[in-house]
Amino acid sequence: MVLSAADKSNVKAAFGKIGGHAEEYGAETLERMFAAYPQTKTYFPHFDLAKGSAQVKGHGKKVAAALVEAANHIDDISGALSKLSDLHAQKLRVDPVNFKLLGQCFLVVVATHNPALLTPEVHASLDKFLCAVGTVLTAKYR
Amino acid sequence: MVHWTAEEKQLIASVWGKVSVEECGAEALARLLIVYPWTQRFFSDFGNLSSPTAIIGNPKVRAHGKKVLTSFGDAIKNLENLKVTYSKLSELHCDKLHVDPENFRLLGDILIIVLAAHFTKDFTPACQATWQKLVGVVAHALAHKYH
Repeated sequence: MVLSAADKSNVKAAFGKIGGHAEEYGAETLERMFAAYPQTKTYFPHFDLAKGSAQVKGHGKKVAAALVEAANHIDDISGALSKLSDLHAQKLRVDPVNFKLLGQCFLVVVATHNPALLTPEVHASLDKFLCAVGTVLTAKYR
Repeated sequence: MVHWTAEEKQLIASVWGKVSVEECGAEALARLLIVYPWTQRFFSDFGNLSSPTAIIGNPKVRAHGKKVLTSFGDAIKNLENLKVTYSKLSELHCDKLHVDPENFRLLGDILIIVLAAHFTKDFTPACQATWQKLVGVVAHALAHKYH
């Protein structure tokens, strides 16, 4: 799956509009993921996952920052996320199916906060982008 | 047998009560065809699907979207009895339509995003969790008679 010029432009514009809310979106994405897909909580036995958890907020911030970084270096996502890719392969080893679940929840967060932003074309581009990020993060798994 | 709590049933009913089946169905199907273009393989007789604009404006897409979501409404009315309710529909999708059940999961996820955009902050995490469970159960019931 290849990101077209239009996809890249859509993704950059979308993250531009999301702007300073990215951290908040990251936290809410995780909150939704833990609620809708409880099996994802198995990766966070060391976290307080109660609503409003500072750890979830902090982690959401990290996740959002990585997405923003990928969007800002959309021509070379694997370069931009190389260290994160190593981390996921060597230490975190999150099963690949979970990236799709995170992606779904991120799109829902965008939809709930900014429905006008999520036109069908932008939806398609963001979905592709999130897939690409997941692919990069699992690329070194084996 | 899937168990539904009173809260889940409430969350389903309150969302469904405010949904325009026609609008939502049309939008969900259109987005499926746009976001996952390979799903167009089932609709070669639908005419012009050459661009997002064409897909959104396509009357066959709108009509079929409405049909699909109307059927989803039947599922909601028969939550305790879903496999039986969808038995014939499942056979149809396997034997006549030859639809890979993965497509039901894709459509379910798209429907959630359409609902999220429609209900915005009212589509709470609890609401999303219930609806993700619902679309999963519907997809499972539709795949149940596959052989």
